Amino acid sequence: MTVFDKPKSLTDAPLHYCPGCTHGIIHRLVAEAIDELGIEGRTIGIAPVGCSVMAYNYFTVDMVQAAHGRAPAVATGVKRADPSKIVFTYQGDGDLASIGTCETVHAAARGENITIIFVNNAIYGMTGGQMAPTSLPGQITQTSPYGRDVATQGYPVKVCEMLSQLDGAGYLERVAVNNVKNIKNAKKAILKAFKNQVEGKGFSLIEVVSTCPTNWGLTPEKALEWLNDNMLPYYPLGVYKDKFAEEAAK
Amino acid sequence: MSGPYGTMAEKVLMKGNEAIAEAAILAGCRHYFGYPITPQTEVAAYMAKRMPKIGGTFLQAESEIAAINMVMGVASTGRRTMTSSSSPGISLKAEGLSYLAGCDLPALVVNVERGGPGLGGIQPSQSDYFQATRGAAHGDFRMIVLAPASVQEMADLTMHGFDLADKYRMTSMILADGTMGQMMEPVSLEAPEVKTYDKSWAVTGTDCKRPHNIVNSLYLVPEDLERTNFERYERYRTIEENEVMYEEFMMEDAEICIAAFGVAARVSKNAIMAARAEGIKVGMIRPITLWPFPKAAFKKAAEHVNTFVSVELSMGQMIEDVRLATECARPVVLCNRAGGMIPSPEEVLQRIKEVNGGMTK
Ligand SMILES: Cc1ncc(C[n+]2csc(CCOP(=O)(O)OP(=O)(O)O)c2C)c(N)n1
Ligand code: SF4
Repeated sequence: MTVFDKPKSLTDAPLHYCPGCTHGIIHRLVAEAIDELGIEGRTIGIAPVGCSVMAYNYFTVDMVQAAHGRAPAVATGVKRADPSKIVFTYQGDGDLASIGTCETVHAAARGENITIIFVNNAIYGMTGGQMAPTSLPGQITQTSPYGRDVATQGYPVKVCEMLSQLDGAGYLERVAVNNVKNIKNAKKAILKAFKNQVEGKGFSLIEVVSTCPTNWGLTPEKALEWLNDNMLPYYPLGVYKDKFAEEAAK
Repeated sequence: MSGPYGTMAEKVLMKGNEAIAEAAILAGCRHYFGYPITPQTEVAAYMAKRMPKIGGTFLQAESEIAAINMVMGVASTGRRTMTSSSSPGISLKAEGLSYLAGCDLPALVVNVERGGPGLGGIQPSQSDYFQATRGAAHGDFRMIVLAPASVQEMADLTMHGFDLADKYRMTSMILADGTMGQMMEPVSLEAPEVKTYDKSWAVTGTDCKRPHNIVNSLYLVPEDLERTNFERYERYRTIEENEVMYEEFMMEDAEICIAAFGVAARVSKNAIMAARAEGIKVGMIRPITLWPFPKAAFKKAAEHVNTFVSVELSMGQMIEDVRLATECARPVVLCNRAGGMIPSPEEVLQRIKEVNGGMTK
């Protein structure tokens, strides 16, 4: 009996992510959600610029690689071209919350019927560990070598909190992938974010608090601890908005 | 066929910007994305009215950057799509233009130019010639650049631009100046016959029946990236051989040749008539495709022309292509206004007379 199998929607290509990087887990959760909803044949994914740029090699669905931060605009085009397709973006924090803030905010404001998987690892992974919009106060990075000084470098962007103010945003939840319980919950949230789109409900974004052991300078295990001790207090997990549930309750 | 604009081939009075919009719809474009900017806003206004009525998409994007990326999304699915803007907005679309080229995606982009640099002004200009013909953004790439000189051509070149974009999997740009956008003229609009193009590369969902398609411009192995560049330029060479368009006006016996496109060509025609009345043998080559540039026509003209005069609404940009095409065999002089000013027929005539009198600077 098989108890654990590779999701159908993941290709056989070996992932290029660093050992212990949580991008791999999140890819799996996305693929499982696609499998469970039986939407593999009509899903189109948008890969960002960042460590997950090559996500287009890992999902078996049709993929488009977008410019840095523009994935929500590209997704909007794909979805408007053919609303019967299920369109998702997979974006890091630099991509989504810095260079692409405008595209993110307005896709949410329009209530675009797409699903965004937002990987918040508090750092620019691909370019070698610079300060991200989500880097914590005091966090040491290549471009905040003395620790992020909020007086000169400002405060982190809390994406779920910010977007929850928009009437167009439908479902916003922050999850983490640092332990089994949280991973299970992340899976549920991602599944729901895709299901919302299948049901034509509107904009869903799942923020996944994750690790970058390489650029945090920690072992994979220590990185999970750091996430738990430092990121979760600043980025509390939970549902920030569920307009669809509220509407259903009315 | 009878539509809101009268029966087929019946002439209707339209603004150039509206003609572009209706022509795009007739050519099968159902997805338009734009951001307001003068002097092209009529394109968006027209689309906003028409698209919802015909099951299409009109979306006012949050920025020109978003608009061009929405175009990229639609283009990835293999459908006809467009955006329009004016100079400062085209600068913002630069990134997207490079990605469209890198992904080999067909799209139509309209630039109804205004004066620059910076915020510049809102009056007509041709000062984005370099931007359009030299590659609008990073990387090795070209766009097909079409320069209409009448409202009818605004419509015809829009339809043609979609065909070329699909045929060669690249961006066609309509490079018009503000005059062309705002001017009203009678135009006859006919739905073109849309050929079918191979779009097996498009992201349409695999239906679990084929390997996944990837629309992508990333090649980390330099040998691979080099190969895509060489292949793309092979395609560009085919375009240079087959798709050049230009008009020759009174060139048979011309000793002076004006080079002008768009509104500058219309002004120049008046000046040429006046000069001819005074016995000066002057003609014009009007490039319709700015890229590919009608090099051969200019080179041939250099055999019997003494001097070329590039008439432009810029500080002199196309003049470089005239010099390249003629390999500097003859003097090429400039007759220009800039910053939103248009040369008058009298100014062009004056320049023709100076050149006729032997001036070569
Ligand atoms: C326009 C542009 N600016 C900068 C870059 C360089 N760049 C590549 S990846 C990246 C950061 C990505 O970080 P993030 O979105 O947090 O994703 P991660 O790598 O951490 O997964 C940057 C700045 C680029 N490719 N394009
Ligand atoms: S650099 Fe960081 S985010 Fe990127 S693959 Fe490595 S661990 Fe993951």
